[in-house]
Amino acid sequence: MSAQPQSRDTAARRWRGGYAVLYLAFLYVPILVLPVFSFNDSIFVSFPLKEFTTKWYAQLAGQPALFDALANSLKVAIFSAVFSTLLGIFAAKAMTRYRFPLQRPAFALVMLPLVIPEIILGLSLLIMVNRIGLSLSLYTVSIGHVLLCVPFAVAVLLSRFEGFDRSLEEASLDLGESAWMTFWRVTFPIVFPGIVSSLLLTFTISFDEFIIAFFLTGSETTLPVHIWSQLRFPQRLPSVLALGTLLLVASTLLIILAEWLRRRGIQPDKQPDM
Amino acid sequence: MANSDAFIDIRAVSKRFGSVTAVDGVDLAIRQGEFFSLLGASGCGKTTLLRMIAGFEMPTEGDILIDGQVMTDVPANRRPTNMVFQNYAIFPHLTVRDNIAYGLRKDGLPRADLDRKVDAALEMIKLSGYGARRSTELSGGQRQRVALARALIKRPKVLLLDEPLGALDKKLRETMQLELRQIQDEIGITFVFVTHDQEEALTMSCRVAVMAQGRVMQVATPRELYETPNSRAVASFIGTMNFFEATTKGIEGERLLLDAQGLGGIAAPVPGWQVNGKAVVAIRPEKLQLSLDRPQGEVSAAQGTILNSTYLGDRSHFHVRLDGVEAPIAVSAQNVERSMRDDLDDGTPVWLSWRDTAMVVLPG
Ligand SMILES: Nc1ncnc2c1ncn2[C@@H]1O[C@H](COP(=O)(O)OP(=O)(O)OP(=O)(O)O)[C@@H](O)[C@H]1O
Ligand SMILES: [Mg+2]
Repeated sequence: MSAQPQSRDTAARRWRGGYAVLYLAFLYVPILVLPVFSFNDSIFVSFPLKEFTTKWYAQLAGQPALFDALANSLKVAIFSAVFSTLLGIFAAKAMTRYRFPLQRPAFALVMLPLVIPEIILGLSLLIMVNRIGLSLSLYTVSIGHVLLCVPFAVAVLLSRFEGFDRSLEEASLDLGESAWMTFWRVTFPIVFPGIVSSLLLTFTISFDEFIIAFFLTGSETTLPVHIWSQLRFPQRLPSVLALGTLLLVASTLLIILAEWLRRRGIQPDKQPDM
Repeated sequence: MANSDAFIDIRAVSKRFGSVTAVDGVDLAIRQGEFFSLLGASGCGKTTLLRMIAGFEMPTEGDILIDGQVMTDVPANRRPTNMVFQNYAIFPHLTVRDNIAYGLRKDGLPRADLDRKVDAALEMIKLSGYGARRSTELSGGQRQRVALARALIKRPKVLLLDEPLGALDKKLRETMQLELRQIQDEIGITFVFVTHDQEEALTMSCRVAVMAQGRVMQVATPRELYETPNSRAVASFIGTMNFFEATTKGIEGERLLLDAQGLGGIAAPVPGWQVNGKAVVAIRPEKLQLSLDRPQGEVSAAQGTILNSTYLGDRSHFHVRLDGVEAPIAVSAQNVERSMRDDLDDGTPVWLSWRDTAMVVLPG
């Protein structure tokens, strides 16, 4: 009635707006430092900014060790993505399609790595690998990454499998298709977007994972470990920033793609109100 | 129990899920070309029985035969049945056309033949022009029809329908009931139709099996179910029924003598079951007449008071209190004249009367 409630309303809105801006700044300003200094013509990361340059990016091309590390990381990430997604499919299917004793505790155990500190995971894996007598290699890194990625894969796939109506498969069987053709013509197309987004997400997680890779890596290093080792040399820092910028862009694109696929996949399932 | 005229022969079939007995020793003989309904309250095992016919559940005991063949080892995708699911189970990633054509892949038809078949199916369900639509862009009634076409295009020997009209509003439901009946008449396929709506079962079916707690209580035509239910459970499930506890006094020719609470000494037609002292007399509301004076002629009568009345246009409903009967007696009267029954205010003493043939005697 009076103007008071309304002005209080705008004040509240202003506060909320301010909070949102601060929050976003807190999140993204540090990340933005990376691209900004990667174009700065100085080996020191400090203000004021100097000339604009792309020479740090050019310098990246002349580092064979970096490309080896990149190739290693791709290998590990692809392996981890495929394997953890596969395991995730089994787990999600078990969670949504069947009822068995100790289902909930089993599920909790599958998701537990989400909350175990990575440093603990890395350390315990290292001890384990040493006890068994495996030598550290890209394989050990991959195993660690699968462990880390499975809960993420399960989380993504679960939403997909939960929305999947069991009677669709029965309808397909009823219409004369075999179990295999039913999987191929019904189950797979419907859960496919979920599988793709799980692959993309786990790929990204593995690709930029540092702690576990650091513990479990042998003579061949992954990209994040390589980058970390480069930080000892101050003159290499700007090119590391350039590399970081490229990775940042690539990861962001991948995640956007994954999310887009996930949403696109969910939409057709929406049942119109009857 | 060999039934020569049974197209679907269900023999002593039981299904248990752990400790729950969903279907309990069911024998049914469904004839070819019949519109057969399974009717019963929620949880009585209708869906489970239907799913066993379709091959999605295996009977714990007993056998199901279709067209003389034992189905026990035949998987769902090889059975001569198709199903319309309760939620329709339309494939969300396919168009209407592809949904309908789904089951025809194996037939390896030439493209033109396939298209012709699907077009014909679309026409049958009055959705010509909707073929290219995403199946998610359909209304409830349209989805129901697509599910029907998708199943019928396979030319099954038996069509199974699990409450296919449950999700539709009343008006659409009545339209679809008619359409389903018409389609069934035209193509002559055996329909097994699950519903918990007794009115739907009565209007659509050739015969109805009334189920309760996993058992079949009675299998009969709609008329028989209504006029001569075989138990109190069936009688109260189908329509409204007044019950009077009674003790039998003996048989006199064609008539059974009883002493019924609220009705006094009466004589009813002898029932088909062995009478042994206790019984229940059942009378439908529309078979009771109301009058202010004691009626004359070949009728039995009892005196009571009007509890309340409801005017429904074409007819009126009354509740009447009879001495010795706890539940109010329901009476339904056609309003064949304009100013009828204006005089029957609440509390008015009235006479209830009925013909002896109106009574059904049920096991007590
Ligand atoms: N897969 C199952 N596992 C355990 N119990 C089940 C299963 N399917 C059905 N039941 C039980 O069997 C009984 C009969 O179920 P059913 O679905 O056949 O009933 P219905 O008559 O179709 O009921 P509604 O009208 O609610 O659909 C119920 O008590 C149900 O809980
Ligand atoms: Mg059911």
